[in-house]
Amino acid sequence: MALDSKIPQGPIADKWTNYKNQIDLVNPANKRNIDVIVVGTGLAGGSAAATLAELGYNVKAFCFQDSPRRAHSIAAQGGINAAKNYQGDGDSTYRLFYDTVKGGDYRSREANVYRLAEVSTNIIDQCVAQGVPFAREYGGLLDNRSFGGVLVSRTFYAAGQTGQQLLLGAYSAMNRQIGRGKIKMYNRHEMLDVVKVDGKARGIITRNLITGEIERHSAHAVVLGTGGYGNVFFLSTNAMGSNVTAAWKAHKRGAHFANPCYTQIHPTCIPVSGDHQSKLTLMSESLRNDGRIWVPKHLKDVEAIRNKTLKPTQLAEEDRDYYLERRYPAFGNLVPRDVASRAAKERSDAGFGVNATGEAVYLDFASAFMRYGKEQAHVKGLDENDDVLVKKLGQEIVKNKYGNLFQMYEKIVDENPYETPMMIYPAVHYTMGGLWVDYNLMTNVPGLYAIGEANFSDHGANRLGASALMQGLADGYFVLPYTIGDYLADDIRTGPISTDSKEFEDAEAEVRKNIEHLINNNGTHSVDYFHRRLGKIMWDKCGMARNAEDLKSAITEISELRAEFWKDVRVPGTNEEFNEELAKAGRVADFLELGELFAKDALQREESAGGHFREEYQTPEGEAVRKKEFQYVSAWEYKGEPKDAVLHKEELEYENIKVKERSYK
Amino acid sequence: MDLKLKIWRQKNANDKGKMVDYPISNVSPDMSFLEMLDVLNNELIEKGESPVSFDHDCREGICGSCSLYINGEAHGPDRLITSCQLHMRTFKDGETIVIEPWRAKAFPVIKDLVVDRSAFDRIQHAGGFISVNTSGNTIDANTIPIEKADADDAFMAATCIGCGACVASCKNSSAMLFVGAKVSQFALLPQGQVEATDRVLNMVKQMDEEGFGNCTNTGACEVECPKGISLENIARMNREYLSASFKG
Repeated sequence: MALDSKIPQGPIADKWTNYKNQIDLVNPANKRNIDVIVVGTGLAGGSAAATLAELGYNVKAFCFQDSPRRAHSIAAQGGINAAKNYQGDGDSTYRLFYDTVKGGDYRSREANVYRLAEVSTNIIDQCVAQGVPFAREYGGLLDNRSFGGVLVSRTFYAAGQTGQQLLLGAYSAMNRQIGRGKIKMYNRHEMLDVVKVDGKARGIITRNLITGEIERHSAHAVVLGTGGYGNVFFLSTNAMGSNVTAAWKAHKRGAHFANPCYTQIHPTCIPVSGDHQSKLTLMSESLRNDGRIWVPKHLKDVEAIRNKTLKPTQLAEEDRDYYLERRYPAFGNLVPRDVASRAAKERSDAGFGVNATGEAVYLDFASAFMRYGKEQAHVKGLDENDDVLVKKLGQEIVKNKYGNLFQMYEKIVDENPYETPMMIYPAVHYTMGGLWVDYNLMTNVPGLYAIGEANFSDHGANRLGASALMQGLADGYFVLPYTIGDYLADDIRTGPISTDSKEFEDAEAEVRKNIEHLINNNGTHSVDYFHRRLGKIMWDKCGMARNAEDLKSAITEISELRAEFWKDVRVPGTNEEFNEELAKAGRVADFLELGELFAKDALQREESAGGHFREEYQTPEGEAVRKKEFQYVSAWEYKGEPKDAVLHKEELEYENIKVKERSYK
Repeated sequence: MDLKLKIWRQKNANDKGKMVDYPISNVSPDMSFLEMLDVLNNELIEKGESPVSFDHDCREGICGSCSLYINGEAHGPDRLITSCQLHMRTFKDGETIVIEPWRAKAFPVIKDLVVDRSAFDRIQHAGGFISVNTSGNTIDANTIPIEKADADDAFMAATCIGCGACVASCKNSSAMLFVGAKVSQFALLPQGQVEATDRVLNMVKQMDEEGFGNCTNTGACEVECPKGISLENIARMNREYLSASFKG
């Protein structure tokens, strides 16, 4: 089947406007006869559910958490990009578009990214109107900061809790519609299958996580805003419940899965402390505005620091290697995430890691304290040469900007980051890959849509900081609610979709069969036991650096582990109760399939691009080597087992940006 | 570290429930509290026993899922953190730790340490929003300057994670801090003024209907709140409520 991306004709700056003028609309009276299911209530799902309900559709929204407000978008810290150019520093729609395509290492779809940049400014207007309390300057206007991979300040923020504030905004918009009866909300429900009738997505099967009841829900279209699959690595910055199940079930029902190997390993996370670790914690990229990353220049100092005979604060400036500033003078500490992560790994692999495991580098705020402190002393007419006072004043400013992050760090590591530099190391954070979608955000299954992190389209092989929030809200508030009308216009006479069909019956039977197998398996090991082992294979062989030999062995090992899981997993209790182990078992079963496709995709892509770094394809300086012949999207079609998946290619064309070597030097 | 855990076990909403003792050994001081429970649960599962159910998700103190009443305090002995951010180094070797669910009429137990907090959602449905359509066709975000102090206070109120520690800590099981925080966020912003009267009346009405108790100004909620939401928010809500009642 050929992939049709349905990109509208015409100049890139006019595509979205012209397209909106031409697509079919559904009149308000008819919208009342149309049902839409939205799965997931993060920024994408939540904003889509609210907007669709507001337009008049009957929305059923689902989340596995106990409230839509707890979706993992809540944990996004640093900010949201928008081409407002409030700072007058040269920003524009084109520049945001350009930065995003370049940041994604020329592996995203131009038309989608341009549209994203175009609607970015509406997001800020919308959120302010909703009462989202963004950070402001003393003059009362909105403040901005910088993020990696760009040379302007276009990031809007709310301290280190931007995701929380934006999600609560979307949640409040949902609440308004729930109150009006236009959204029917199903909390603590997990989607376990998509139901197709006559080739179209017409419903889902869910499990009520409190009672275990298996339910059928029908609609004229199904929207998945179910997030990414970083938890295939077991340890990641994702929430414990974040999973691939909804997207994977869609894949098994015919939706192509695109670029599964594009994973973002975020450079600034708290290092792993031991085998008990259940998840990793991010320290926002915004910290790289003010923190400088370094390791000691000499191995003897590394050793002294590890033995605790030397404190990092005692090491002289000339004995420190600020390696990002050294290697990338133009962008310095604000290089994109993939570049910063690989550089940290390079130094650690060379023996310069500063903690006991050798996998940590410093993120140091000492110079920011002094810089801000001097400015404050000047403003307040105090002694700028009093270092103690200046440091104290500077720390206050930093606390104001990132206080919650410093507190989080101290609670986890038990060290005070105001007094000693933070230790950080890269960790799995975000997945650029996801369900393949066209310009309408529809998968290749008619009526099945994927938005936010669940789709693949906007970030290419590497996502820039503060762009995930932008994409989630753009998709949910401003794109999907338009494009879905074009599809639903054909459904105005369809009437309600019955759940009494054979298709629903078969899907439900399959879900029940799976659950029964898991419950009655009575093996010897818990779900976590298998999940940890899967995570280790993924991290060791499909992580920050990959090679053909490792990827081949990963494929074999994952497939063997999957067989062992189904034979030997132990799920306590019954289906008819609150049973978190059962929910986890279903999710890990899907990760065990996705993981193999992930490795297969990484093996097939014989180049280095963004977050996908193949050791065989690098320059002598260790920079990624991208290849023209891989300038396509890999969309995989399900054929029974991950190893049998069939590759479809969507060639990527760049008409508005010249593809060149990505350089941050 | 070796510890003695006393954990509330309750099969479902109708079960009576009881405290059960679980000894646990080799706990690392670097573990988080929930990681310690993970270790216990894996031991229970591999022994063929039923693991302890508890709510949790982000494990970084922002989603508001975790809700443990530890040694008689919501989120345990440490301040300004959630249960998931509590680390075992806070406890001593050999210590007994008592773990219970939130206890409030409006938060019925679902299983073990998991409670139903949907009452909080319903209060938000009643008025926790500004009625603007999500078309994006609003005025430019910088059209209305907002004094930084007000914006900062609105933000501080908006950092509430909806965990319910305030209710669990209150002897009356009052939800005033939770509702006060939302009312305050909008009361402090010009965008929130238009619907201010209806908002506070509707939210308070729903709060009462859900069976939360009254506020007697004890202040336990502020002490136990993992986000440090200030009692001033309750005072502000009372002022808003009073003036709304007159406008009625």
